[in-house]
Amino acid sequence: MADIPAKRFSIKRQTGFGFVALCCFVLLYTPILILVFYSFNAGTSIAIWEGFSWRWYEAAWQNERVLEASITSLKVASSAAFLATICATLAALATTRTEPYRGITAIYAAINQPLMVPEIVTAVALLIFFAMIKIYTGYQGLAYLIIAHTAFCIPFAYLPIRARLENMDLSLERAAADLYAGPWQTFRHVTLPLMAPGILAGAMLAFVISLDDVVITEFVKSGGQDTLPTYMLGQLRRIITPEINAISTVFLAISVAVVTVFFLLNRKGSSAS
Amino acid sequence: MTDTAAVSQPPTTSGADAGVAARRKDVRNRWLLASPALTVIFFAALGPLLIMLVYSFLQKGAYGGVVWSFSTDGWFNVFLKRDIFDDTLGFADGHLSIFWRSLKLSLGTTILALLFGFPTAYYIATRPANLRPVFLFLITIPFWTNLLIRTFAIMEVIRNEGVVNTLLMSLGVISTPIQMLYTDFAIMVGMLYVYLPLMVLPLYASMERLDFRLVEAGYDLYATRLGVLRRIIVPMVKPGIIAGSILVFVPSLGAYVTPRVLGGGKNMMLGNLIELQFGQGRNWPLGAALSITLLVIVMVALLFYVRNASKSGVKSHG
Amino acid sequence: MSGPDGSGTSKGVGGLHGNLDAMPAISVRQVTKVFGTGPGSVTALDSVSIDIQRNEFFTLLGPSGCGKTTLLRLIAGFDHPTSGRIDLEGSDISYLPPFKRPVNTVFQSYALFPHMSVAENIGFGLKMLGKPVSEIEAEVDAMLKLVKMEAMRDRSTAQISGGQQQRVALARALAPKPKVLLLDEPLSALDLKLRKEMQIELKRLQNETGITFVFVTHDQEEALTMSDRIAVMNAGQVLQVGSPRDIYDHPSRRFVADFIGDTNFMDADLVSVAKSAANKASLKLASGKKIAASLPEGDVATGPVTAVVRPEHATLTKPKPSSDLTGTLENVVYFGTDTHYHVALASGGKFTVRMQNARDQAGGFETGDKVGIDIDAGATQLLRD
Repeated sequence: MADIPAKRFSIKRQTGFGFVALCCFVLLYTPILILVFYSFNAGTSIAIWEGFSWRWYEAAWQNERVLEASITSLKVASSAAFLATICATLAALATTRTEPYRGITAIYAAINQPLMVPEIVTAVALLIFFAMIKIYTGYQGLAYLIIAHTAFCIPFAYLPIRARLENMDLSLERAAADLYAGPWQTFRHVTLPLMAPGILAGAMLAFVISLDDVVITEFVKSGGQDTLPTYMLGQLRRIITPEINAISTVFLAISVAVVTVFFLLNRKGSSAS
Repeated sequence: MTDTAAVSQPPTTSGADAGVAARRKDVRNRWLLASPALTVIFFAALGPLLIMLVYSFLQKGAYGGVVWSFSTDGWFNVFLKRDIFDDTLGFADGHLSIFWRSLKLSLGTTILALLFGFPTAYYIATRPANLRPVFLFLITIPFWTNLLIRTFAIMEVIRNEGVVNTLLMSLGVISTPIQMLYTDFAIMVGMLYVYLPLMVLPLYASMERLDFRLVEAGYDLYATRLGVLRRIIVPMVKPGIIAGSILVFVPSLGAYVTPRVLGGGKNMMLGNLIELQFGQGRNWPLGAALSITLLVIVMVALLFYVRNASKSGVKSHG
Repeated sequence: MSGPDGSGTSKGVGGLHGNLDAMPAISVRQVTKVFGTGPGSVTALDSVSIDIQRNEFFTLLGPSGCGKTTLLRLIAGFDHPTSGRIDLEGSDISYLPPFKRPVNTVFQSYALFPHMSVAENIGFGLKMLGKPVSEIEAEVDAMLKLVKMEAMRDRSTAQISGGQQQRVALARALAPKPKVLLLDEPLSALDLKLRKEMQIELKRLQNETGITFVFVTHDQEEALTMSDRIAVMNAGQVLQVGSPRDIYDHPSRRFVADFIGDTNFMDADLVSVAKSAANKASLKLASGKKIAASLPEGDVATGPVTAVVRPEHATLTKPKPSSDLTGTLENVVYFGTDTHYHVALASGGKFTVRMQNARDQAGGFETGDKVGIDIDAGATQLLRD
């Protein structure tokens, strides 16, 4: 903004917009940076800096409940991402590259339904439904969380896979069929490899979304179960030490890493086609 | 087989029938492919909503849960309450004030997000094409990181022992910490922080397509910068403004984590009120009725969005 | 209309009897293709019948939407006829899926697999046919040599130019040794110079491999230069089938005459038909002059007809009593190698004469001159419609 000479007229410029944009980025990143910063605090405060230390990371690592919650989180997120990606891949194959057929709008609406309903509403609805099942079956395990997460991960996994499929050249599959590949061979040798970046992107989004979820997990989990976010939510009521910051920082690092890979993958995919 | 024999043979199958049959088979296969996703969503999203609708018409159980007999008490209690002493009807002012707060805070958040988001989106859209994805990436990163952690980050900044108060006190500006946490202000800041990317992304999408020759034409016809902004840019990116506003408004209205963490126990929003009915309130039918009310409000807003989007041909960015 | 394929003029019909060698590579019998149902349906092919001979370079020529690509897709198996049948060397393939037909396609967009190397693309068909690796390797090498792409063997298809992609697409379709190679406007994406190069290259490949080529194009010049025979299509029908010279010199339909090259249309009266005398007819022009004309296939009744003369088959002269036509020169357009003279005929209507330019010499005619036109003997062709 500042490098534009005062006299030169730029039609795109609007006074003060650059400054607001700067504020926006500061607003978005400062709290996170502060949070990360104090995770390295040697003292017990999250506002008074007492020197650099890894002590809170060590504390978190040795905290069995944190470890347990992390493992639960990973179990749920990886299972849900896996299932959601399979469902989303099949659904994307079912809804792309076709003339509209009877019911296709209903399928779209159903797949996107978890995006449209407020999380808290889905959460209490699942609470009611799973309470009934828990009474009937007595089962208290992770399956409830996994299926609930799978449901709301499907639309996120679906988006990049569908985008990938829609941009795919139909004549490639025709060419494969022309060159003696049967339907299954065409799918295996041509469709699937070409879809792969979309599937990977979808799986990564689903994983991050599942890992981040608080509300639905909070209502669906059985007693004693905790994922990392619900554990943290419980801890916020207590006296907060930088241990929470340390856990958050690790969590953030994982999310940012996955999203960065997703971003690069998407970029490469779009420039290739 | 000879040439003439081949010519005299009639067509083997009717192609029209074969075409219809193939099409039917294709549609059946497509439903089959969609069925795993549909099954999961039906059992873990759509179906439970229907059960909840049923629950909203049942009697509440004494210790949570429901008694299986028909009752409209759940719905009745959404807006009204019966006085426990003289049995007279009155408005459930507790609920109404929570509805009002939810609406007020969501609208406030949407307006703030627009005020911050519009210039930001415009700024990004006017950067060189190779820089834009980087800026966009910076906007999306917080969106994909954990909502709870971001809310927690805000909490750390504004709490009494937090960075802002500590800094101000050490500078001698204030002597006692300003109470920011557990106020409506805190909730609004938190929601703004959490949902801002949802405003910037659709705004950016419509601004990226902005035809700057029209802006040139505006200046050519003696419009000032403000005039161009007000009379040319804003009307042209209106679909983006509406999309962004609804994408911020809808999740704000249903927010649960942010008001719980930043509002403390007393500054409740709808999400917290719903949770309360399933927890300490032990009134599942009321909770179900409140949930459906929230759902209906959200659906109306989304319908407005979809109609607006299909009219202007803007793709959804949800 | 069935079978205006002029088998008398087509080459490659070997024996006198319908033995195996003479059996067409592709035989299309009364094929109709309708898209959609009910009132919104579109008839893309209307009872089309064509025989494509073995080792022939056969071209389907017509404007976009004429049904040529639909016919190609039916032969390839990407779509199936609504009625009628398609035979490949005598056996019915109408409803066979594409992967069961010994027919390969060169796609307009090439459709090279972006996730495979050049060699993997070329070997794909053989791999799908379950050939052993050693055989595939050998065949891929042979194909790379055939299309002169040996150096690009392990390149990704994104790293090679459009012309090279074209060659890979050709090699990929030829590698499984199909009975028929289908080419869907394969040259349309190339610039003019490359296109000329590839036209020659395609002819060479056809000669070397001896495979039947079915080529789809809307470019009449491309069709005339490359084909053994051409089928001109319009609105879902085959209007005329014949050698390029046949089609150009003896168009039998108004559309064919108009679509290929420049033509003068003349209203005339068919006076008499002498079938025995090499299909010649006597024609009375609007100017009153009588000239001989070639008859199209099929019957033409005496009475008013339309005749066509190519602009280069007439000569401009000073007006004289023996002139076939007379008129006033309206416009002279210089084209370098030749000059076009636009004449307003005394009997009404227009006529264009195209004459080669001699060196350093003006034509000697100027706008407004009264001129006579001599039509070359045997250059007049009657139309069926």
